[in-house]
Parts: sequence; structure tokens; C-alpha cells
Amino acid sequence: MSGVFGEESPDVIVIGAGIHGCSTALHCAKRGLKVLVIEKDHAGRHSSGVNAGGVRQLARHVAEIPLSTYSMGLWHRIADLVDDDCGFTSDGQVLVAESEEEYDSFRARVTQLNSLGFSHEELIDAKELRSLVPAVSETCPGGIVSRRDGAAIPFKTTQAFRRKAESLGVRFCEGVRVTGIKADGSAWMVTTDAGTARAANVVNAAGAWADRIAACLGEPVPLEVIAPMLMITARVEHFIKPVVILRSRKLSFKQFANGTVLIGGGHLGRALRDQNITVLDWVKLAESAKTVWDLFPIMRGAAIVRAWAGIEARMPDDLPVFGKSRIHQGIFHQFGFSAHGFQLGPGAGAVMAELIAAGNTNTPIDGLGIERFAT
Amino acid sequence: MKTIKDVAALSECYDLLIIGAGPAGLAAAATGAELGLSAVLVDENPAPGGQIYRGITTTPVTAKETLGADYWRGTDLVRSLEASKASYAPGATVWSVGPAPDSPDATGGMEVGVSINGAARVIQARQVIAATGALERPFPVPGWTLPGVMTAGGAQIALKTSGLVPDGKVVVAGSGPLLYLLTAQLRAAGAKISVMLDTTPLENWGRAIRHAPDFLRSPYLSKGLKLLLGANRGMRIVRGVKAISAHGDNQVTSVRFRHGSKEEELPCDVLLLHQGVVPNINLANAVGCALDWDEDQLTWVPQTDDWYETSVKGFTIAGDGAGIAGAEGAALRGRLAALGAGHRLGRLSAQERDRTAAPVRAQLIRASRGRRFLDVLYQPAKAFRVPTADDTIVCRCEEVTAGKLRETVALGVSGPNQMKSFLRCGMGPCQGRLCGLTVTELIADARGVSPGEVGGYRLRPPIKPITLGELAALPKTPAAIKAVER
Repeated sequence: MSGVFGEESPDVIVIGAGIHGCSTALHCAKRGLKVLVIEKDHAGRHSSGVNAGGVRQLARHVAEIPLSTYSMGLWHRIADLVDDDCGFTSDGQVLVAESEEEYDSFRARVTQLNSLGFSHEELIDAKELRSLVPAVSETCPGGIVSRRDGAAIPFKTTQAFRRKAESLGVRFCEGVRVTGIKADGSAWMVTTDAGTARAANVVNAAGAWADRIAACLGEPVPLEVIAPMLMITARVEHFIKPVVILRSRKLSFKQFANGTVLIGGGHLGRALRDQNITVLDWVKLAESAKTVWDLFPIMRGAAIVRAWAGIEARMPDDLPVFGKSRIHQGIFHQFGFSAHGFQLGPGAGAVMAELIAAGNTNTPIDGLGIERFAT
Repeated sequence: MKTIKDVAALSECYDLLIIGAGPAGLAAAATGAELGLSAVLVDENPAPGGQIYRGITTTPVTAKETLGADYWRGTDLVRSLEASKASYAPGATVWSVGPAPDSPDATGGMEVGVSINGAARVIQARQVIAATGALERPFPVPGWTLPGVMTAGGAQIALKTSGLVPDGKVVVAGSGPLLYLLTAQLRAAGAKISVMLDTTPLENWGRAIRHAPDFLRSPYLSKGLKLLLGANRGMRIVRGVKAISAHGDNQVTSVRFRHGSKEEELPCDVLLLHQGVVPNINLANAVGCALDWDEDQLTWVPQTDDWYETSVKGFTIAGDGAGIAGAEGAALRGRLAALGAGHRLGRLSAQERDRTAAPVRAQLIRASRGRRFLDVLYQPAKAFRVPTADDTIVCRCEEVTAGKLRETVALGVSGPNQMKSFLRCGMGPCQGRLCGLTVTELIADARGVSPGEVGGYRLRPPIKPITLGELAALPKTPAAIKAVER
């Protein structure tokens, strides 16, 4: 250990203080492990702090559902975990079908989930859709609802995890960039621009920069750096409670208690990760606006007051890289959440801490490991 | 000059796009057009002039002495624009400026989102000059959000555009040369201003005095004396005012203030506040320009080179937006900015540019003489920049108080952007234009570090709100259409 890190070695070094890094640090500390978190900017600076805040089990890939279900349990008692409500509200999320054809595919999806033993998604008809989302366009034939879903305030959440972790003895070094990582006897040596740190376990939770850490360890991954865009309107009269998402056209849509409406859905701007900059693509934002225009006529005169994008990692199969290293003892990966990792944060941190402390977990995480990219 | 009345009449791409038709923008557009550049001047207002020359071609206030000789100087700038080949788009809002995409049709310059009359469009410009001027510094005192309390600049807008003068008993409060000018203009137009509460800290004189020699040789001296003499006639001036608060239930009915050891309360119907102007850096900030904290002007100032190009290539800031230097200086800086852009576009060599610029720079030095004295003398007191009372509102849109901000700093929230996420300050319709400086200085004060270290809000586009309908109807750029056709 040298530089800002002092003399004493932690049990775990977490690289990256997004929602995942902070959550893993917190859960490790709860298990009595000594943790050091190294963050190149500040906690929640990128996608963990600026995402749409959706807390959603709805429409997830089957491989993610167990982790998501575990996480949802934590969300519903989040204040017990981090002493902060994180702005979490649970008014459900609704996936709206825009055509009969799409509605048929939704029916098949729900049947498939039921057969796998998952019951969180329910098919709803046009009537129930209208009762949940009164302002939705008349042409939509139905949808799927996930009633325990909701939304939270991303930066507040990430900071709450960070604060709680700190109160349990986790040390955060912000503004410190990891430059390398190598084996040092039975432990790992992490070099940074502010000294070196040593620990038996290292968690790579570096988000859009995680491929560089993985490459350092000889486990290259095909990570794509993306910049999902969001925009928010000035306050409009309250007209919708659940979060609404679409599948065929990219849209997610949520009205906050104060009346402002958040419009997202995954249209991408340009990410310049070495400069920490994103550039918006207004033509694509215009597509989002057009979708809202079609779906919610009530929104047509609303003023867009702010638009932004966060820097995020996407994997080719849209699934995270989560679990032990394929080749190294004491190395763990937790990144690549492909623009839907916020909800997973609380649960993924708990499962990761279990993996580190106990060596295994009962929560199924098959199909998420880094080995799927081994060549 | 070609006047553009709807977005369809805009070209797909200009050599030079200028934002803001105040002195800097008018001069930059005329100069750019003289250099043979295709130039378009885009301005929010229905007529040219910016803030200082607002309504110069349209004002109902025709008696020359009301607004004063300096105001009518704007006429020449408008005439030179009218005589030029530049295009001029009034009533046009720029809501976005960013680097042009890396497509075959892109210029390698900037992409600019413009709205006119509720229709939006994205066009390109090889060089952009932002001449977005200054804003009044926030003046967060207890009760400043009550109806009847407004900025002196706001009162001046009403006077210049519509000839409106505040009714009833008017009290003006604050500091700076503009406070005296606005007061004189309003009184000449018939406002009943009985009291001026001057908050200039008396101790500033000690620091300002060493810059006095330059001031004494500057044109500001005679203007200042004239205003001071005028102010002393028929109006009480209270100097060294240390605290101000506005009171009333649904409307301001009185103002309380402290000077020396005395507390006083005066009835009033209108309270006009003003403590100087600061660069309007909203656009520069959203574009991503590097900003520095200026210890004299106590504000953010964009980093620029000799031609006012910022850290973002192709994006230039002319006039008060690049640091306060006044109207005359702004016009000169507009010309220099256009010469710089002209050179970067290959219209004139470095030698030609420098030769043409030399006399302009000499004039600029003369026009700027004495500024430092004014900057130092009129630095507002800390108590008027960082509210001491916890219940004073800082962010008006989201009603966030100074006390709430201080509490949140104590939680470990160290900067304005984190603060936004916690308290929503700066996230209302004004997007932090009114509270940005206060929030930065308050956090710096609470943490005991410099404002430069704390940083400012990272502003997000759109720079001005755009409706969902406008955005939904945004035409695809030719580049995007071609990408689909391929």
C-alpha cells in the first residue's frame, strides 16, 4: 500500500463507485469485510447518477430475473438497508402494446414466464390498460403490468449506498484513477495515479471503463460505450402514476410527484468516455418526442427543459457481466448492465458480497459470467 | 440585410452564426458579412439591440434625454447591420449548440438548434459566435420572491419595450453603475423613486482606490459624476446599507434595512433590486466551454484566446458573455471575434487579420480603462451574495432555501451538481440561471474553499425550453435522411 491508501490492506478493493460498486461495498462491510472503493470521478457521476431511475422487473431477460427479484425485495425495504428512502415509489410499470401483433407476443411472453415459475408480469387488456394509464392513446390493445415495480432517484440512491457503506467503515477514494492491476503473491496489486493498494479480492465495477480493467487481467470483453439520452419536461398536470415503457418504439415514460415528466427509452447520443463527455443527438430525441406525441396527446404542448445522456456500458447480448473471473482467484466482475442495471444494484451487491465472502451463492446467475466472451 | 421569418428560410449551413443582437452580435454579424462570410444573426427578441439597446428601432420612448445619449449610440450598429449582406432572424431561439456529427455532410463545425414561431430546425455553422451578454447578478435577500420585488433590469426592459414605468412608491436598492443609470432612466420617465439604498461596502473604496488613476482618465468618470449628481437631486440616498429585507403578505408593502447601527422600515409598492451584472454563461456552459472563477467580478468567465475563441473549437464568445466590459467594449469585441472567425475560415491571412484588428484593439483598451476600478469598488458584499438567514430562498423555481443547502453540504454533498440531485435546486424552468452563482458561493462558503474549487452547475440543453410538439416535428437533417436512403 502507498500514496493516499495508507498502510493497512483491505480485504476487498472495489473499482468504481456507481450503484453497483457502492452496493457491493456496503454488503461486504455488512459481512465484516474491510473494503476500499476507488473511483476516478465521484460516486454516481455517470450512469448511476443520471439514469431514468426505473426500478423494473418488467420485460427483463430470463437470465436476469432471479437477480432482479432478489433486488426488488431489497428495494421494498430500502430505508432499512441504507437509512434513506432513495425517493423510491412503487406504482408499477406498464409495457404498452401498440398493435394486436405485439399484444400476441406479450401473451406468449407471460405464458413462458409463468411456465418458468415467474409471476411478476401480468397480461392486461385494453380496459385495464386504460384504467392504469388513462391518458394512453385509444389504439393500444393492452399490455403487461409488473405491479411491484416503480422508480427511484438515482443520484440520491447511489449516494445513500455510499454514505451507509462509509458509516460501516468502507473507505472511498474519489478522484483516483486505476491504472493497472497485477498479481502480487496471493493477493492483487492495484496501481492508481495516487499510489498502490493491495487486497486479496478485487471487484471490477468500473461501468463503461470496465473493459480496460478486464483487459488488464487478460479477460478482454466486447464492451460498447453508449450514451442513452433522457429528457424532462416542465411540470404538467398529474395524469399518470405507473412508469410506461414501449418495446417496438424506444420509449420509457414517467411522471414525478412534482408533475415533471421524464422521457427516455434508450435512444443513444455519442459518448466520449476519455473526456467524460456526451453529445446529444436531437434528431433521435425528436423520435422520442414523436412517440410521446402519438401516445399521449395531452403532452403535446409540454416544454422540454433539460436533456442529457449518461456514459454506460453495453454488452453484445444486452446482459451484464456478473460473477467470478474465469481465470483468476479473487477477481470478480460486475459491469456491462446495458442500460438496465439500476434496479439490479441493491441485489447484485448482496449477491456479489456473498460470492466474495462465501465463495458461492444460491441466487442463480447462470449465463451472466465473463466466460461467455472467452475465445 | 435579409430578414428571416421562419426556420424554413434558414440555410442548411452558414460560415458564421451569431447568437444575440446586442452590440457584440450586431458588430460581429456586420463584420463577418463584410469579410464575405455567409453570416446569420439569430436573436430571441423581435427587434435588434440586445439589453443595452433594447427596442432601439421600436421603443415608444422617443424623448432622447429619457434613455440618454449612450442608448441612442446603438442606432449606428443597427444601421451597419442593415447595410450588410448578413441574414437576420428575429424572434428566433437557439436551444442547442453542439459539435456537428461525423457524417459526410457535416462541416466539422457546430450543429445549432433554432426555433422560430414554434417551429424547430437543426442547422450547421462552421463557426459560432455567442454574443449572449450579461445577466443581473442574483440578489437573494429575505422576501426577494414577493410580488412587487423585481430586478431593476426587469423594470428597464418594461420601460424600453413598452414605455412602462413602475407605479406607486418605488425603492431601489443595490450597487453598481447600472443601478444609478437605471434609476436615472426610470426617474426621467416619471417613476416616483424616493429612496435609493446603496449597498456598496464602504470598505471597497480602500481596495479600489489604487485603480483610481485609470478610472480618472476614462470616459466613465464624467458619466459617473453626472449620474451621481442627478441621483442626489430629489432622492434620498442611504449609503453603507448592510442588510435588506422585503416584507408583505401577498405583495411587498415595506422594506427594512440596516445602515450603521440603525434599522429602518419604509413603506413601498415596488422594490427594485440590482447588484451588477455577470456574464451569461448558460450557453457556454452547456456547450462545454472551460470556465474560470474571476475573483474580481465574482463570477464564472469562459476561457478564451485573443480572438475570444473558447476551449471548444469553432465556438467564440464576444461581448459581456466573455467577461463584463460594457456596451462599447462589446461592439469592439464583436468585431475582433468576427475577424478571428474569418481567419479560421480562411477569409483573411493572419497578417490581414492583425492589421485590421490593431485599431480596434487600441479602441478597446481605451474603452476598458477604468473597468477594474468599477469591478473592485462595486463588488457586492458577501452577505448579499450568500444569504445568512436560513429561510431565504435561493432557488426560486424549486423553492430551495439557504438553510436547506447548508444542511445538505453538511451531509457531505460537495458540489452544485450533486446538490441538484438532492434538492432539485437549479432544475426548474430557469435551469439555474437565477441561482447558479449563489449556490456555488454558498457551498464554497460552507465548505471553506474557493468557488473555483466547488465548480458550477453543469447546464444541460436545451438552453431554452422547446415544446414537445416542436421537437417532435423537427425535420430530419439531410445527413440523417441520406443515411436512411443509403
